[in-house]
Amino acid sequence: MDHINVKIFLDESSTINPADIVPVFHRWIKETVCPEVLIDVAEYLHVPAGPGVLLIGHEANYSLDNRENKLGLLYNRKAKLEGTFQQKLAQAHQSALTACDRLEADPAFAGKLKFNRKSLEVFVNDRLLAPNTAETWKTLQPELAAYFQGAKIEKVGEPRDLFRVAVNRD
Amino acid sequence: MRPSNSQWKAQLGASIPEPMASEIDVFENEIALRMQGKIEDRIFAETRLRRGAYGQRYDNGQRSDGTTTRTIVYPSTNTKGPGTLWDAPGMMRIKIPFGGLDAVQLEVLADLAEEYSDGIAHITTRQDVQLHFIHIEDTPALMRRLAAVGITTREACGNSVRNVTACPIAGVCRTQTFDVTPYSKAIAYFLLGHPDCQTFGRKLKIAFSGCKDEACALVRLHDIGAIATTRDSKRGFELWVGGGLGPVPQQARLYEEFVAEEEILPISQAICRVFGRLGEKKNRNTARLKFLVSKLGIEEFRRLVVEERKILPFDARWTDYLKDVAAYKEEPLKPAQLLQIGVAQPEGFAQWHQNNVYQQRQAGYSTVTIALPLGDLTATQLRALADISRKYIKETIRTTVEQNIVLRWISEADLPAVFAELKAAGLSTPVAGTIVDVSSCPGTDTCKLGIASSRGLAGELRTRLAAKNAEMDETIGGLRIKVSGCFNSCGQHHVADLGFYGVSRNKNGYTVPHFQVLLGGEWANNAGTYGLAIGAVPSKRIPDTIDLITTRFRTERVDKETFQSWVKRIGKAECKKMIDGFTAVPTHDEDASYYSDWGDPREFSIGDIGVGECAGEVVYPIDFELVACEREVFEAQLALEAGNVEKAGRMAYESMLHGAQALLKFRFTLAPEGADKIVEDFRVNYFDTEIFFDPFVKGKFAQDFFKAHEEAGKPRTAEKTHQLIEEAQLFIEACYSCHARMTATPAKVTA
Repeated sequence: MDHINVKIFLDESSTINPADIVPVFHRWIKETVCPEVLIDVAEYLHVPAGPGVLLIGHEANYSLDNRENKLGLLYNRKAKLEGTFQQKLAQAHQSALTACDRLEADPAFAGKLKFNRKSLEVFVNDRLLAPNTAETWKTLQPELAAYFQGAKIEKVGEPRDLFRVAVNRD
Repeated sequence: MRPSNSQWKAQLGASIPEPMASEIDVFENEIALRMQGKIEDRIFAETRLRRGAYGQRYDNGQRSDGTTTRTIVYPSTNTKGPGTLWDAPGMMRIKIPFGGLDAVQLEVLADLAEEYSDGIAHITTRQDVQLHFIHIEDTPALMRRLAAVGITTREACGNSVRNVTACPIAGVCRTQTFDVTPYSKAIAYFLLGHPDCQTFGRKLKIAFSGCKDEACALVRLHDIGAIATTRDSKRGFELWVGGGLGPVPQQARLYEEFVAEEEILPISQAICRVFGRLGEKKNRNTARLKFLVSKLGIEEFRRLVVEERKILPFDARWTDYLKDVAAYKEEPLKPAQLLQIGVAQPEGFAQWHQNNVYQQRQAGYSTVTIALPLGDLTATQLRALADISRKYIKETIRTTVEQNIVLRWISEADLPAVFAELKAAGLSTPVAGTIVDVSSCPGTDTCKLGIASSRGLAGELRTRLAAKNAEMDETIGGLRIKVSGCFNSCGQHHVADLGFYGVSRNKNGYTVPHFQVLLGGEWANNAGTYGLAIGAVPSKRIPDTIDLITTRFRTERVDKETFQSWVKRIGKAECKKMIDGFTAVPTHDEDASYYSDWGDPREFSIGDIGVGECAGEVVYPIDFELVACEREVFEAQLALEAGNVEKAGRMAYESMLHGAQALLKFRFTLAPEGADKIVEDFRVNYFDTEIFFDPFVKGKFAQDFFKAHEEAGKPRTAEKTHQLIEEAQLFIEACYSCHARMTATPAKVTA
C-alpha cells in the first residue's frame, strides 16, 4: 500500500493567515530544507474548502490543506516506498511532524501557528488499491491500531472519498 | 509511477470502448519505448501532445528562486521531449466537446484530480478541463479512467483539431436559430483522429454558435466557425474561416453565407485537407489557418476548398448523424414550475438570481451558471455538482469558455433549493458574466510561455472588485476583464472590454512585470472586434488603472453608451493619457513590491534572468529609445483610428525600424542610418546570430520586421495595417526582451 497521506490539524489557538505560508514554502525550495525534490508552490486559497497552499515536490507534496474548512499540514506521499505498511505510515507521519515543527519555528509565524499533534487524519491516495470501504478498513485497522497505539481511530468519509481515518488522542 | 497504474487496464476492461482502448495501449507502449530510448525525443513529444499530455513550467529542470536559477535534480535524466525532463510534472488537457458533461464524468474528474493532480480541476477558455502536476507515467491509467466514462484526451494538444466548442446554452437559448449541440458533437468525433487532420503544421480550432449577435461561441476568433442559420426553412450554417488570436490576431473571414447541414462535415473535412496540404509546416509562427487564408485570399481559399470537396471520397458519417438530430433533445428531470414570487428566499438569492440565472426558452426552466474563481474547482465541489445534477436535472452540465460551469433545465421552483446546495458547496458566488468574473489563462503559475502572473492579477482583481460589489454596478457591472500571461492570448484578452497580457520591462536595473492594456474589445457579436494595446503598466498598478478607467466610464457615459463606444468617442490618445499616470516604477529601495508579481513573492524574472548587473543605477539610452518606439506604435493606432491608413502603416513600420536601430546602437554605439542598412545590419547581428530570437517563437518577430521592410511604401488595406500595428507592437516587445536578455547577469546555476 503506497501513497499514504497524513494531515495534522491546526490547533484552535492558531491565528495565521494561510497566505503567509506562500513565501515560507518558496523559501523551503530555495533553502532545500526537505529531503524531497521540491519543485514549485501552488496557491488555491481562492477556492473554498480546497487544497490551500501546496509545496509541490517530486516524491511528495506538503500543503497547508483546507479541505472541509479544516486547516492542517498535509503530507501527500506520491513516490513509491519500500517497506511494510507501518514503515510507510511512519515515514509519512514523521515527515508531516517534521514539517509542523519547522513551520511552528518559522519566524514568519512568530508563535501564531500551533499544530495539534493529537488530531490527525490518514488517507490512502489510491482508490483502486484502497477504496473507502469496510473491507479496506478491516484490512488496515489492525495496522493503524498498532501504529497509533491507544488512539481512537475511526473510518470517516463517504464511499466516493479516499480511504480515510481520523486519529485522535485525548 | 503508481503501483495501481498497471491494474486499471484489467479493472476497467471492456468498459473502455474501441478505438480508445487500443489508442491508450499504443501510448503506454510508446512511453515504455521512450524509457528505453527507442523513440526519438521530438517524436515522443508530439505523440504525447496529441494525447493531451502537455509540458509545464520548469520542466527543463531550471527554476529561478528570485535571485538564482537552480537546477531541479529529478531522479531520472531521461526526457519526454527536447529540453523536457521525464520526471517533471506536466499538464493533462482533457477534451470536453461542446463542454458537455454528466455526473459520472464529474466524479471521475474529481477522483483523478485527487489521485494524480493537486486536488483541483481547471476549466479552460476552450471548455476543456486541465489537471496539473501529472507524472507522464501516470497518464495511461488516467486516460483509461476517463475513457471508461466516454472522455478522451486525444488531440487535446499538438498540431490537431482541438476541442470543438459551442454555446453552453445551445438548445435552451432564447435567441438561437436552432440547437447546434448535435452538430458540434458530430464534427468533434468525425474529425477526431481523422487521417486528413494528421498533417497540420499547427492546431485548428472549431466553434459553433446558435446565434449571430451573441458571444457565447466566439465564432470569429476561430479557424472554422459556424453560426446556425436557415434558408427556406432548411438548416445550415454561416461559415467563417481563418480567425485566431495569438501574436497576430485576425478576425475570421466569411467563407459562405449558407452551408447546408449535410455539407458542414464534408466542407470542414475539405478545409482540413487544404490546410494540411498547403498550410505552413516549417515555420510554426505562420502555420495557423489564418495565415493560409490571408496568403491565398478568401476567394482562392474558397475555390480550393470547393475543388477539394468535389474529390472527397464519400463518407456515410457526413450525414448519418442527421437522422438523430431532429430527435435530439435534452429533457428535464422535474416538471416546469415557476419560481414563487413573494415567498421568502434564502439570503443572497436575489443577487445570485440576477447574475447567475438564465431563463430558458422553455417556460418554467432556467440555466444556472456556477462562477468559478479562475476556472478552478475542487474534487469535493465536483462531487457536490454531480449530486445536484442528479437531484434536480438529468445531468445536463456544460463547461463554458468563460471558465464556468452551467446546469441546464432547472425547474424554476427549485432555484432556491439549488442555490442553497450550491452555497453549501461554495459554488454560489453571484458574479457570473460580470466584471468580477475575470477570465485568465494559467500564466506563470504553470505555463511555460507565461511572462507575467495572469492568475495572480485575475485573483487580485476578483477580490478587489467583489469587495466593492462591482458586479452590481449598473454601468460597469457587465464589463468583461480577461487576462493572458503573454501575447499568445489564451486568456482571450482581445475580446474583453478591459484586456491585459503580460510583458516585462527593464526598470532601474531590474526586470519588472507589466501588463499591456487593451481597451474596447468586443465580446458580443461572436467576438466582433478586437481591442488594441495602448501601453504597458506595471503589474502592481493594474488595479488602480482599472479603477480610473471604470470611474471615468461611469462618470462620462452618455445615455446607454457601450464601453466600446465610449472608448471610441474619447479616442486612443485620451485612453493612453489615462494609463500614463500609472507607468512610473519607483526604485527598488522605495517600493520593492513592484519587482515581484501578484501571488509570487520571488523577485520577478523572465526565464533565468536574475538581478541586473548594475541594479538600480544604470538607465541605457535604449530604454528611452524603445519607449519612443512604443509611442510611435501608439501614434500609428491613432492615425488608423483617424482613417489615415497610409500614415498608420508608415509609422508602425518606422517604429520597428527604430527598435532595430536602437538595438544596433546598444551594441555598436554607431547606429546605421537608412532603412536598408538598418535591416541588413539587424539581420546579420541579431537574426543570423539568433540573439534576437524569442525562446518560444524564435525569429518570428524579426521576420515580421523584414516583411514590413519589403512591403514598405506599398499600399496596405486598413486590415493589413491593423495587423502591421500588432506586429510592430510585438516587435518592440521583442526588442525589450532581447535587451533584457543581453543586460541580465548570467544566471548562476546551482544544483
